[in-house]
Amino acid sequence: MDAVDRTIINALQGDFPVSENPFADTAASLEMDEATLIARIDAMVSDGVLSRFGPLFDADAMGGAVTLCALEVPEADFDAIAEIVNSYPEVAHNYERQHQFNMWFVVAAESRDIVDEVLLDIQGRTGLIVHDMPKQDEFFIGLRLEV
Amino acid sequence: MNASLPIALVDDLDRRLLFQLEPGLPLAPRPYAEIGNAIGVDESEVIDRLGRLIQAGVIRRFGVVVRHHEVGYGANAMVVWDVPDAVMADAVGVLTANSGVTLCYQRPRRLPDWPYNLFAMIHGTSEETVRAQIADLRAQVPLSGLVHDVLFSRRRFKQTGACYRPRLSLPEKREVA
Repeated sequence: MDAVDRTIINALQGDFPVSENPFADTAASLEMDEATLIARIDAMVSDGVLSRFGPLFDADAMGGAVTLCALEVPEADFDAIAEIVNSYPEVAHNYERQHQFNMWFVVAAESRDIVDEVLLDIQGRTGLIVHDMPKQDEFFIGLRLEV
Repeated sequence: MNASLPIALVDDLDRRLLFQLEPGLPLAPRPYAEIGNAIGVDESEVIDRLGRLIQAGVIRRFGVVVRHHEVGYGANAMVVWDVPDAVMADAVGVLTANSGVTLCYQRPRRLPDWPYNLFAMIHGTSEETVRAQIADLRAQVPLSGLVHDVLFSRRRFKQTGACYRPRLSLPEKREVA
């Protein structure tokens, strides 16, 4: 990641134009050419700096369901349990955290019924209680990172 | 503070559009024309609909989706508080005004093991900077008087973004996540 990549990341965190030539419009405001901008974004996606370039959806507004879950996993079983949890396409993120509740993951699906099925399945396969903590309210901040 | 569009206003064509966009925008000079081709509508229809979906908050952000670790934000902590209802609004006000906080949610307690109901995510370039941000938050009323816990992330196993597959017909009922 060099200075040009940083400029692109800092400038394009939220409001990519919805116009006929959005890359050309953006490139002009960043004083670079369209082909360079497109190639830079493409390379950052390939290199894994960006997980993708596009929209972040509000799953609620789409009629989907999302929840955050915690497990208390015995240290010796951690990798095996992680493999089980990560095998579900509905599991979007999974982090090990330093706490009695040491595995935290997000489950997203098109309905709460499907989320419930996934949680029950995980509970059955791991033998652990899945602590289900669906959001009750979200205080939106608009993630912005200076890189 | 959910700016959600009533679900009935997201129609089947919107869903097809969002489904097509989910893996990412085509990296080409006329990306909306390409999306339109894939779902059988004009570029102008795609542009109109995306504008409306952004306005309505169905699309929250449109641009780079970064991997925090790869862009230098190597540390992240989930900080949780047990907040009485009476001071919830004030606690949220402190968190959302702080530049270190990237996400903030109210969630149910899971007693007896989990007494916390307000969750904040803090990303920083190092554990030290994240700890300093947490100390700053904890110095402020009402957070200063509340029980909290800090959960630093140790390993990330998966960060795919929600692998969400919109269905092509309306759900029978809407349930809150």
